[in-house]
Amino acid sequence: MIFVNMMDLMNAELGIVIILFILLFMKILGKPESNSTLLNLTNALLVLNLVVVLFLNSDGVLFNGMFHTNHTIALEKGILLFGTLIISLQSFKWLMHHKHAAEFYILLLSSLLGMFYMISSGNFLIFYLGLELASIPLAALANFNLKEKKSSEAALKLILLSAFASAIMLFGISILYGTTGTLSFSEVSLLISGGSLQILSIVFIFTGFAFKLSAVPFHFWTADVYEGAPIAITSFLSVISKAAMVFVFISVLSPLFVSAPAVWYMVFLIIIVLTMAFGNLFAIRQNNIKRFIAFSSITQVGYILLALSAGNKPGAAAAIYFMMVYIFSNLGALGVISLVSAQTGLENISDYRGFYKTNPVYAWILSISIFSLAGIPPTAGFFGKMFLVIAGASKGNSMIIAFASLNMVVSLYYYLKIIKAIFIDPNDSPVPALKPGFSIAAGLAVCMFGIIFTGFAGGFYDYVIKTCGF
Amino acid sequence: MFNPVYIALIPLLPFFSFWLIGLAGRSLFPKYGSYAGTLVILVSFILSAFVAWQYFTIGSGGMTGAMHPQIIVFNYTWLQFSPSLSINMGIMLDSISVMMIVIVTFISLMVHIFSLGYMKGERNISNYYCFLSLFTFSMLGLVLSTNIFQIYIFWELVGISSFLLIGFYYEKPAAVAASKKAFIITRFADLGFLIGILILSYYTKTLDFQTLIRNASTPALSGDLIKSSFLGFSALSWGLVLVFAGGAGKSAMFPFHIWLPDAMEGPTPVSALIHAATMVVAGVYIVARLFPVYSMACPGALNVVACTGAFTSLFAAIIACTQTDIKRVLAYSTISQIGYMMFALGVSGYSGEPSLGFTASMFHLFTHANFKALLFLGAGAIIHYVHSNEMGNMGGLRKALPVTHITFLIACLAIAGIPPFSGFFSKEEILMAAWNANKLIYYVGLITAAITAFYIFRLYFNIFWHTTPPAHGNGNEATRDSHARKNKSGRELPVTMLIPLIILGILSVVAGFAPFGKLITANGTPLPMTFQPLFSIAPVLLAAAGIYTAYVLYGKENNLPQRAAAALNGFYRAAYKKFYIDEVYLFITKKVIFHSIGKPVAWFDRNIIDRNIDRTGESVSGLSFVIRKLQSGKVQDYAIYIVGGAVGILFLFLYITS
Repeated sequence: MIFVNMMDLMNAELGIVIILFILLFMKILGKPESNSTLLNLTNALLVLNLVVVLFLNSDGVLFNGMFHTNHTIALEKGILLFGTLIISLQSFKWLMHHKHAAEFYILLLSSLLGMFYMISSGNFLIFYLGLELASIPLAALANFNLKEKKSSEAALKLILLSAFASAIMLFGISILYGTTGTLSFSEVSLLISGGSLQILSIVFIFTGFAFKLSAVPFHFWTADVYEGAPIAITSFLSVISKAAMVFVFISVLSPLFVSAPAVWYMVFLIIIVLTMAFGNLFAIRQNNIKRFIAFSSITQVGYILLALSAGNKPGAAAAIYFMMVYIFSNLGALGVISLVSAQTGLENISDYRGFYKTNPVYAWILSISIFSLAGIPPTAGFFGKMFLVIAGASKGNSMIIAFASLNMVVSLYYYLKIIKAIFIDPNDSPVPALKPGFSIAAGLAVCMFGIIFTGFAGGFYDYVIKTCGF
Repeated sequence: MFNPVYIALIPLLPFFSFWLIGLAGRSLFPKYGSYAGTLVILVSFILSAFVAWQYFTIGSGGMTGAMHPQIIVFNYTWLQFSPSLSINMGIMLDSISVMMIVIVTFISLMVHIFSLGYMKGERNISNYYCFLSLFTFSMLGLVLSTNIFQIYIFWELVGISSFLLIGFYYEKPAAVAASKKAFIITRFADLGFLIGILILSYYTKTLDFQTLIRNASTPALSGDLIKSSFLGFSALSWGLVLVFAGGAGKSAMFPFHIWLPDAMEGPTPVSALIHAATMVVAGVYIVARLFPVYSMACPGALNVVACTGAFTSLFAAIIACTQTDIKRVLAYSTISQIGYMMFALGVSGYSGEPSLGFTASMFHLFTHANFKALLFLGAGAIIHYVHSNEMGNMGGLRKALPVTHITFLIACLAIAGIPPFSGFFSKEEILMAAWNANKLIYYVGLITAAITAFYIFRLYFNIFWHTTPPAHGNGNEATRDSHARKNKSGRELPVTMLIPLIILGILSVVAGFAPFGKLITANGTPLPMTFQPLFSIAPVLLAAAGIYTAYVLYGKENNLPQRAAAALNGFYRAAYKKFYIDEVYLFITKKVIFHSIGKPVAWFDRNIIDRNIDRTGESVSGLSFVIRKLQSGKVQDYAIYIVGGAVGILFLFLYITS
């Protein structure tokens, strides 16, 4: 009986596990040069898994409440899996000639599996297990440009700092256990009384989350790691792992804040202000386009936190919707950037001057993605941000909304700097015409479709709202 | 009964062809983009004709059936802001929207076909067809809207497509200026429209037409609308007057009329479609759409509509008598005729006998669309032939252009209101409605009818008779030569240009016999329309007098026109200069606004705001330079920041909770 339940409720996780085993066997038995089979097979399996996750889901609890799932969680997993699939499509070219393509997938999917367990966790133990499973393989992945020193440096920084943050979080969890005597989320949230020890523990847990979300001032690792890591991993870190943390935030942390909502709102406001302002100030100065994306993604976290600060269901729905939109926009931009980087090795904003002359199609894809990131209508990014800000406004604090709007204006400055480079600035030797394979083109097409259609069709947002249950 | 799929296809087909021609037209099929566009419109027209047939026969209990209900075919929730407030996209069928889709697709089809010949050899022909498709889509979306927000979106879309098409010859400075003028003035009026719809929907708490009309016109629900007032008028009056102001902008009512004559810089078929038959009646349409609110809840706003319409119709007719550019004459005539439709709505009641005005207005909209499109397409044919817009360069063309001549004459008779042409019937109904409601407006309408007959036959005689051109025609030697050469080449015009002329000509004769009273009424119940021959005597005689005067003055070459102009010296000059309205606008904008408001504001902007912004920018970039040092690259530093952050939050808790 338990087995049948497991098959039903854990289908997403089991699917990933099966793919992992297939990959392991292929690695052991297969010929080293059969990369393309391996990549195509993995992509196909991921699609299959996505279909299963999206269409076969049910509510339920396993292992005495350790693991739970429902339609919202299935949607969240679907979004993560979808993003991973796009990244996998986009890194096709890079992996084709990589010796360790199978290991890449094994690590990447392990990390994804960790995230799934994290989102589905009903208990701090499973949560912590998932968190570590999600972060340790990422450090190995950050080191995947084996010959580059920067890559190793990024990996080292990532593993050290995430161990550090995990330690703080674990400390918080243990204090919480000490004061409440339980690790189950549902029981803990009933026992929270707002005592000083509990506040200490919640702050520590929050610190761990903020680190993963790269909210200021816990964000410093971001730029270094993003720059050093291979672009596929940068994409994964900046989109998927962030989305996973947001989802966990929605389902795990929000019950903990019930104890002292006013104070928490204050903390949120300060973090939001710092995150938006610092992210923007750093991004203005960046010349490396990967670092630029890193810092601009910090600013985006500020907006997400703004919606989460509302602490209600519209806020959660807005955040989930925005993550979906953000996956499309950010991966659209990073897809083109990785294509350029893979073919020419150029990564500076100034290298994109005259890009429109040689690659009109990619120039438009990059521009539309950037418009969506900047939140310009009618791209999906506009609606995503609008819903975030509307959700944030439900607290009636107009100052923070004004501040957020002003930051959007500032961010427009540096987003438009790229657009200007692409379309207006002259260049004698622009990036040569790009040649993507089928997979990369498919990945970009999906992103474009997402940016344009999730913006225009209200149905997507309605769907998110409905699955969130109101 | 109504299948949403094929009704949705009516606007969506032009939308697809817009994308298709726009994206692929130039590279994939430069030659066939125009045919693709035309074919799509043809399908769209067939579908709308089918829908109309279904709606008026099967749909509501037969041709003589009692009611023509409003049917929401579908309503898709586009954006859900809150459980009570959402923005929908949908399709609503009622008698006026059904009539409008038929008119729009039909005239659009005629114009598409006509353009095949007229625009042949133009450089950007696929752009042209792409914009035409966009316009058709937007106009169809506008008339089918289920809610006020949707109508606003399409309202702006028709504005933008009109802008694109007026400026189609973007190498001509005049065309660029005209497109800007049209866009800015209608945008300005649209501001009123936007404020108006915001007022209406704020107080009625809905965007949906049906709910809005119900809430606003039921006294129990519209309490706030009438109670809350501003400058002595209720919110409802403000809302309705502002909505009408937006409509006046699109429909070129005084004082927003100045963009329409300039808009004639666009290609002539475009003028026929947008600036004669369809888009410019959007203002009439919006008033008709909200008509129950106007007539039941706020007769004051309806009086504004009536007065504006009546004044504009007379005013524009007088100007039309003095213009020499044939398209401008037609443009002023359009303004005047839309004024007719407006005041017909303005004098109308909601039900029973007094609601004749509503039916008459819609009837005139329908007939006017036919004969005015015909006049414009005829003018297009003449311009195509003569290569000039000036009356001075024309004359005696009846032999060279026989088909154009006959069809143009039919249209002239129709607009002059000579029985049995279509304009006669609709104009009679309008005058009858005015007679029953307001005698002053009736006399204004009567005089306008006489002037209309005069100026339209002045145009006709100048173009087709009057063998030598009047005094101020210059450069006509060259054009005459080109006639001679063209005449030798055989046929007068390509067949694609003749077919629409002939079809529209036939319709201009028979359209007046449509049983409008049974089809389109304010409240959906049929209205018995009686034809009263005695009543028609005065208008017809006056029209005949107008025609005769035109014949005396312009039928043959003589110096009577100059003498008449000299006799009316001051008045003639004022009318020729369009009563200096453009100059007034220029004075207000350039002298008053730019000088006394713009300059100080510009100074303030440059010296106070910009300087502060520069300073802010400098300090931001300075700050970003400073904090960049925090990003040291050392792991131990980062770890300290993390701990610092956690400790900071803890202190915050201590500080706030204690």
